[in-house]
Amino acid sequence: MSGHVSTYEPKSRWGKWWDERLPIARLMHGSFVDFPTPRNLNYLWTFGGILAFCLIAQIVTGIVLAMHYQPSDVAAFNSIEHIRRDVNFGWLMRNLHAVGASMFFIAVYVHIFRGLYYGSYKAPREVLWILGVIILLLMMATAFLGYTLPWGQMSFWGVTVITNLFSALDTIWAGLGTGIVEWLWGGYSVSGVTLNRFFSLHYLLPFVLTGVVILHIWALHTAGQNNPTGLDIKQPSDSVPMHPYATSKDIVGMFMFLIMFAWFAFFLPDYLGHADNYTEANPLVTPPHIVPEWYFLPFYAILRAFTGSFLGVPLGSFAKLFGVLAMFGSILVLAFVPWLDTSRVRSSKYRPIFKWFFWAFAFTCVALGYLGSKPADGVYVMWAQIFTLLYFLFFLVAMPVIGIIETPKKLPKSITEAVLGGGDAIIQAKH
Amino acid sequence: MASHADEFNEADRRDFLVLAGNAFAAVGAASLLWPFVQQMNPDASAKALASTEIDLAPVKEGQAITVLWRGKPVFIRNRTAAEIESARKVELDKLPGGADAADENRVKKGHENWLVLVGICTHLGCIPKGQSMGDAKGDFGGWFCPCHGSHYDTSGRIRLGPAPRNLDVPPYEFVTDTKIRIG
Repeated sequence: MSGHVSTYEPKSRWGKWWDERLPIARLMHGSFVDFPTPRNLNYLWTFGGILAFCLIAQIVTGIVLAMHYQPSDVAAFNSIEHIRRDVNFGWLMRNLHAVGASMFFIAVYVHIFRGLYYGSYKAPREVLWILGVIILLLMMATAFLGYTLPWGQMSFWGVTVITNLFSALDTIWAGLGTGIVEWLWGGYSVSGVTLNRFFSLHYLLPFVLTGVVILHIWALHTAGQNNPTGLDIKQPSDSVPMHPYATSKDIVGMFMFLIMFAWFAFFLPDYLGHADNYTEANPLVTPPHIVPEWYFLPFYAILRAFTGSFLGVPLGSFAKLFGVLAMFGSILVLAFVPWLDTSRVRSSKYRPIFKWFFWAFAFTCVALGYLGSKPADGVYVMWAQIFTLLYFLFFLVAMPVIGIIETPKKLPKSITEAVLGGGDAIIQAKH
Repeated sequence: MASHADEFNEADRRDFLVLAGNAFAAVGAASLLWPFVQQMNPDASAKALASTEIDLAPVKEGQAITVLWRGKPVFIRNRTAAEIESARKVELDKLPGGADAADENRVKKGHENWLVLVGICTHLGCIPKGQSMGDAKGDFGGWFCPCHGSHYDTSGRIRLGPAPRNLDVPPYEFVTDTKIRIG
């Protein structure tokens, strides 16, 4: 917390020497050892640590892969097979990195839904939340660029479709969108030139991501952690030191997560990918059914929901622009959530109406994910349009309106009371 | 002579130097940024507008071929009389592009059976189906983009789906009766 002063005492002369010159041990001790943590955190709060692990794991395995990968349209596809078959432990590095991307997104989606459920975006955590939205955008950009690198059919056509999104700007100013797309490609179509620059940026962005993550943690440690009650820490008995209490819980959560991670990496390394990406990129043939990786499916469904008309409203030549705006808007709307939610109560535990809408929203996201994996015709388009509408209604109508009309349940007086109940137990805990 | 107070309130020589210095620094930094942006645009080898000559003699009526031009697929279809007729029956006010979208404006005079198009869906850049015999050709007998469901007719015009424009006609000319040069 902002008022937290580390109790760090350097024990050795070496420690004192450093503490007077660069108090980094004091900073670490204050941030991760004696930092006051709400005593009632549940396992959903272990995902922050899991995400830090995922980022480090992706960077380490990625650096190794870059030592063996060749970012050229001629050699890229074969160099991936070379890594998987010939490089010592290359199969392991490649599987950890490819599966790691999916695990990273599983963890980040749990983390985001936890934040939405417990109102972790509300004052004074707005900046913390917005930094999180920036992290999500950077993660998506990095994952997208990385998916290009194997140079298979899905890589090639995924890049073609997604970079072409910018050509929608031609509707606003003729030539603007095409100019941007050709600038991104470095040519008149996706080519080896594109692959080369995407490799460069794929290597860069994780370090930008790390920088924003440090700001995210800084903002977290300034505002303090939220908790399942949504109440602030008001007294010493509301919190425990981060180490060993929160750290040991974090480790249990992380091991559970790592079991799933290892299961995929060792036994189902290609399960989350697409078979078409084992066909080398061919600029003359589009695969019959293009789908992005699973973690982009809900957004892809929103993009495709805007066909010639949307729920009966004709869109004409603006269909493409609206689809693109809706897709980016579906992520950007998250940045406004701190002000869209008008309720004074943080946690959905005490919000009887909002709680149901939260679960309806979670279902909407899963439904959009399913529809994103289906072909864009017939009844799928209609359902994608309905769920796209529901997605935006949740943020733009349900959030502001429910906050005003809902009567929240009675809040406990403190975190301690919520954990131990009222009466003597509290008094004992305080001593 | 200016009073003491004026020295602090009025713009003097020092203010001018600071402003001019900063302005030069800003313009300099911006000019230095430009090469870093511009280096990403298509390079000289990509811009070199290679033109391609194609012999159309082996393409029989009803057949289609795909050739590569500037890294992009170009569709060339030898249309049947029925396909041309269906393309010309459409009322133009129903099409994006209005009168420009008339079938007559999308082919060369005297070679109305030959339709030459950049084979890239104007929605998000996939290659539409419809070149091979067994392909789905969409509801209008032309091309169908499997990615997001755009249907093109036998003149390559968008008739149904999210694509904003008709398929583009590349610059080309007939060198002889059976040979074209694209580009």
